Amino acid sequence: MSSNAIKTRTAPVRRRSAQQRAEGWRGWLFAAPTAVIVVVLFVVPLLLVFQMSASDWPLLGGNKGLNVPENFTDAVANRFFWNAVGFTLLYTVITTVILLGLALGLALLVQESTRWKGFLRTAILIPSALGLASASLLFYVLYSPIAGPFAGLMNDLGFTFLGTPEGALWSTVFLIVWRYAGFYMLLMLVGLQAIPDEVYEAARIDGASRWQTFRSVTVPLLKPTIAMTMVLCITGSLLAFEQFYILTKGGPDNSTITVVQLIYSVAFQGPNNLGVAAALSVIVLAALVVINIAQIRVFNDKEPK
Amino acid sequence: MSVQSLPTSNTTSSSTTGPATAGEPAPLPPKRRRQGSRIGGIALRTPFWVLSGGLAIVFLYPLIWAGVSSFAPLAGTNQTDGWGIGNYITLANYQAGIWTYIGNSLFVSLLTVVLTLVTSLLGGYAFARFRFPGKNALFLATLAILMVPYASLLIPLYVLLNMIGLSNSLVGVSLVLTMLQLPFSTFLMRVSFEAVPKELDEAAMVDGCSRFSALWRVLIPAVKPGMITVGLFAFLAAWNDFLAPLILINDSDKMTLPLAISNLRGQVQGVVDYGATEAGVVVLALPCVVLFLVLQRHYVRGFLSGAFKG
Repeated sequence: MSSNAIKTRTAPVRRRSAQQRAEGWRGWLFAAPTAVIVVVLFVVPLLLVFQMSASDWPLLGGNKGLNVPENFTDAVANRFFWNAVGFTLLYTVITTVILLGLALGLALLVQESTRWKGFLRTAILIPSALGLASASLLFYVLYSPIAGPFAGLMNDLGFTFLGTPEGALWSTVFLIVWRYAGFYMLLMLVGLQAIPDEVYEAARIDGASRWQTFRSVTVPLLKPTIAMTMVLCITGSLLAFEQFYILTKGGPDNSTITVVQLIYSVAFQGPNNLGVAAALSVIVLAALVVINIAQIRVFNDKEPK
Repeated sequence: MSVQSLPTSNTTSSSTTGPATAGEPAPLPPKRRRQGSRIGGIALRTPFWVLSGGLAIVFLYPLIWAGVSSFAPLAGTNQTDGWGIGNYITLANYQAGIWTYIGNSLFVSLLTVVLTLVTSLLGGYAFARFRFPGKNALFLATLAILMVPYASLLIPLYVLLNMIGLSNSLVGVSLVLTMLQLPFSTFLMRVSFEAVPKELDEAAMVDGCSRFSALWRVLIPAVKPGMITVGLFAFLAAWNDFLAPLILINDSDKMTLPLAISNLRGQVQGVVDYGATEAGVVVLALPCVVLFLVLQRHYVRGFLSGAFKG
């Protein structure tokens, strides 16, 4: 193989295909672990979820035969279904707008490297090292009317963070922003770094103000980054689970049940109906595919490459 | 703010490696402004200091508070008067004992890191350096893992792992977590390999290296920052994951740490032991925070250089 590089250059076209085949085999050899994991733990379960969504499949009983479209009608007829969909969408919009706006602002704020800004970057990034479950547990205590630092204040004013539907929603949004701002800030910084300095210099020479530079140089050139972070943020928020499972437990009055929580409870808490849970999963999957394709379309239309 | 004050001749402004050198003492800003404008500068920068100081407090306060109050006295906990480690004693004696749960979490995390590193190293190399039929399909399938709801996959995975005898098993959890890490890690490793000039491994092969030893001897050192990033992300994800063990693990002595601490809250007649929960959060968060602080420069740099070319 040592003369591979030389051979490809000098060999006649006819020999190249045999070599390409050998190359292909070696490529597959290196890609084999990835392929095995992707097929066994991703493609097969993905097909299985479609089969399950069409089958009567209790948690402990296994496959009991075909059950379409009852699984899907049962899923939509679940008394929490539309509430969960509405709440998940609302939560997604709020989180995405706040998180991405803040992340871009923070990225611009800490962009230059000074000692203080380096410290600031670290401070904002540290919560990203925590797990969502740990962060939720932390805020569960922080928001508590007994042990939290705002306990006295809450007693005086007679409110609790998690006591009302709005309070629970915004408290969770704050937790998520706290946990993820650094992560998205970092992605934005990566995007900002990719903008060549010459462009800024040109804008400066042309006498553009800071705001003009931001609007006409930074934002358009940052569009691919914004698109990517938006897809990530929307997908992540639509699939919210831990924060609500731990922090609000879906309450108060079942006002903060997300779609994934619904899937979990249908499958493992009570109905134990994997068929309906799979049907819900398929619905979520379809919705996500549609939303993501729509987003990619929108961004590609605005700025064709 | 001070952008306009930069002298145009100042070339260091274009060489700002910026966040890439996070944590490094910055090269001194080269422009010392004229004396006259200094007071104006301070006045202009006051809002910046207030804003950024406030931000630092908002982001750090919850962590510091949790650390401090886990030692503080609180009614209804094991630490009612005076400061001490009462809450940690409650935590240590919870059910199977905290060490069991830490052990479970460590096992899952380390196995996930190893599996993720091996898979994405070989996979990233294959995607960056080989042409083979089905390459793009496989790469897209790997990235598609991101598009599919985690929770939707866990329901069939629960059934599937039952079938292959990995139900209620920490190995099963690790395999699932490895799969979930693959889109990010494969992408990052592919990009890391692509950032290495092809001439480097071609030269190695001309010198008599096989593909594998070229990878082992020449390329691995070159993509090490990417590997550290991948390993760090895999560890953090696995150590912190909640949903996979929640669904896949049944025995209480096989629970991982986040699950155990989440369950600990409602243990005594529905009364929440906030103190023990705080102690649990500290135990959960401390390794992540320390690891992050130690590896931050690698982490951010690997991230930046990785995503750059992507």
